[in-house]
Amino acid sequence: MEDAAARLASDPRYIALVRKRGRFTTVLTVIMLIVYFGFVLTIAFDKALLAHSVSGRATSWGIPIGLGVIALAIVLTGLYVWRANRDFDPVIDALRAEYGA
Amino acid sequence: MTRGGITLAVALTLLPVSAAEAHAIGPAVQQATNWTAIGMFAAFVALTLAITRWAARRTRTASDFYTAGGGITGFQNGLAIAGDFMSAASFLGISAQIYADGYDGLIYSIGFLVGWPILLFLMAERLRNLGRFTFADVASFRFAQTPVRMVAACSTLLVVLFYLIAQMVGAGQLIRLLFGLPYGYAVIIVGVLMTMYVLFGGMTATTWVQIVKAMMLLGAASFMAIAVLARFGFSPEALFARAVEVKTALAALAGAGSDEAVTKGRAIMGPGGFIKDPISAISIGAALMFGTAGLPHILMRFFTVPNAKAARSSVLWATGWIGYFYILTFVIGFGAIVLVATDPGFLDAEGALRGGSNMAAIHLAQAVGGNLFLGFISAVAFATILAVVAGLTLSGASAVSHDLYATVIKKGKADSASELRVSRITVLVLAVIAILLGILFEKQNVAFMVSLAFALAASANFPVLFLSLLWSGCTTRGVVAGGLVGLLTALVLTILSPAIWVNVLGHAAPIFPYGSPTIFSMPLAFLTIWLVSITDSSGRAAVDKAGYPAQRIRSETGIGASGAHDH
Repeated sequence: MEDAAARLASDPRYIALVRKRGRFTTVLTVIMLIVYFGFVLTIAFDKALLAHSVSGRATSWGIPIGLGVIALAIVLTGLYVWRANRDFDPVIDALRAEYGA
Repeated sequence: MTRGGITLAVALTLLPVSAAEAHAIGPAVQQATNWTAIGMFAAFVALTLAITRWAARRTRTASDFYTAGGGITGFQNGLAIAGDFMSAASFLGISAQIYADGYDGLIYSIGFLVGWPILLFLMAERLRNLGRFTFADVASFRFAQTPVRMVAACSTLLVVLFYLIAQMVGAGQLIRLLFGLPYGYAVIIVGVLMTMYVLFGGMTATTWVQIVKAMMLLGAASFMAIAVLARFGFSPEALFARAVEVKTALAALAGAGSDEAVTKGRAIMGPGGFIKDPISAISIGAALMFGTAGLPHILMRFFTVPNAKAARSSVLWATGWIGYFYILTFVIGFGAIVLVATDPGFLDAEGALRGGSNMAAIHLAQAVGGNLFLGFISAVAFATILAVVAGLTLSGASAVSHDLYATVIKKGKADSASELRVSRITVLVLAVIAILLGILFEKQNVAFMVSLAFALAASANFPVLFLSLLWSGCTTRGVVAGGLVGLLTALVLTILSPAIWVNVLGHAAPIFPYGSPTIFSMPLAFLTIWLVSITDSSGRAAVDKAGYPAQRIRSETGIGASGAHDH
């Protein structure tokens, strides 16, 4: 068991998986943090900015931007799930088959 | 209440799981007994009891009880998680906030949603790969079991308790308003029904009640939003324009000059009083975002699915449903401005909402769907509280029976039957405590309790989980010290903050001026874990660090994790 774990830890597929997935999730996390705290701080520093009307309509810029943050959260989540299903799961399945579940 | 007071109370109250209720619904006048609503509610209760009966026959082992035997699919779990977040607070509280202030309600909604991607990217799959029943399974994976479990169980119980009180008080007030039942009855009904779901049906019943409720709420909210938009030819612009007109007219009626009235009317389209100084903004934002990733009753749901792939898809479903729901709430809030605020039938002599400020969505239900639909929405709102309370109780019970009894007291040698018995006894004890505290706190302003629960989760559970999962140098002493520091700092700063120091204790000025302690307490917990870990040269620290590679492999690949089934 110890031995299998040591072999798995040095398996290039495992190392590549951890590195790729780690980089991908870090990028997604940072995007979400920047966008959300950017949104909140924009409001904290300048409330009027998001209240501006979109070319004279009742709708303000805050509406599409707010809905955009909601959409982004869903899209990033979907992006991760899509890539994990496509790229990461096959590698994990192969590793599990070889090193035991 | 002053304008600032309202904003703060609402900010505190609207933290996800129900506390619209907690934010005492204005002068809570008991309504006339609403038989349609009671009939609808009775039908819902009958359905959920049937589910419980069915679930009870499938609940034999501790695993069935805590995690529905790991047999929930990603789609079902996504709906159940969404159900945990689509509480009466989200529905009534946010739509009421939009009704009053417009855009601010959307800012809350966004805060509730953005924690989900973070939870997915950093934790969801690792949780599933490492844990069985509670998040303490994961937090203590490579550490000395007793101290880490004890800290985790303490923070779980505190978070659960503060939530439960807010829920019970809210339930009593909401039900008095919706059904015209006395407060005490309402609290007891919630306590008894919740106990039956959890006691007999365990996680299977708790999850299915949550799923049924989530579908009912999504269906009803969709209907309301579509009904509102249909009146404006499905043009949001027309809806917003009309809402601005209504608010302008109301401001003029209240005696504002014409320029001032236009400014006030227009104000609903931009940020208002919710976000004040940048420090409170970041602090509340961090509490919402990272608190989500530290709430025990949410984390528990990741053990109900069979594998990491299902955990992943459940977050996508949950995020999608919750995001959709908040967009509906936004439309409903603006719909209420247009259809409720202009109809004297829904207003009292001073022009305020009949039944209190959180009733906007309820009145809108009557405006677009008549009495039958009003009854349906009222029943759904009650159902919402029941389902959330059941989940909370179950997570508190598992902390006591699985973390304290089975692991700390019995050193992992408890059999499934006795663990299950302790769990059920704990459910009963928690239910009695919840009912008693619910009655005791009837007249108190408990709005701060939900915010406290979020701050505790973000300040204690999140740093502990994050570093134990991702940092090889983390040690037992580190997580114990850091978890306690985060817990205590968040607790003390909340007591010194305006919500308790001024609003509850009646002092003139708060010692801690910000809306949430998280911006201080969370980094402090991280710092403590780091500092204590790097200076820890005990023998245990060597074991902790040596355990990291094996934990890492299992958390990344699931190799070594048995399924959630324990047979």
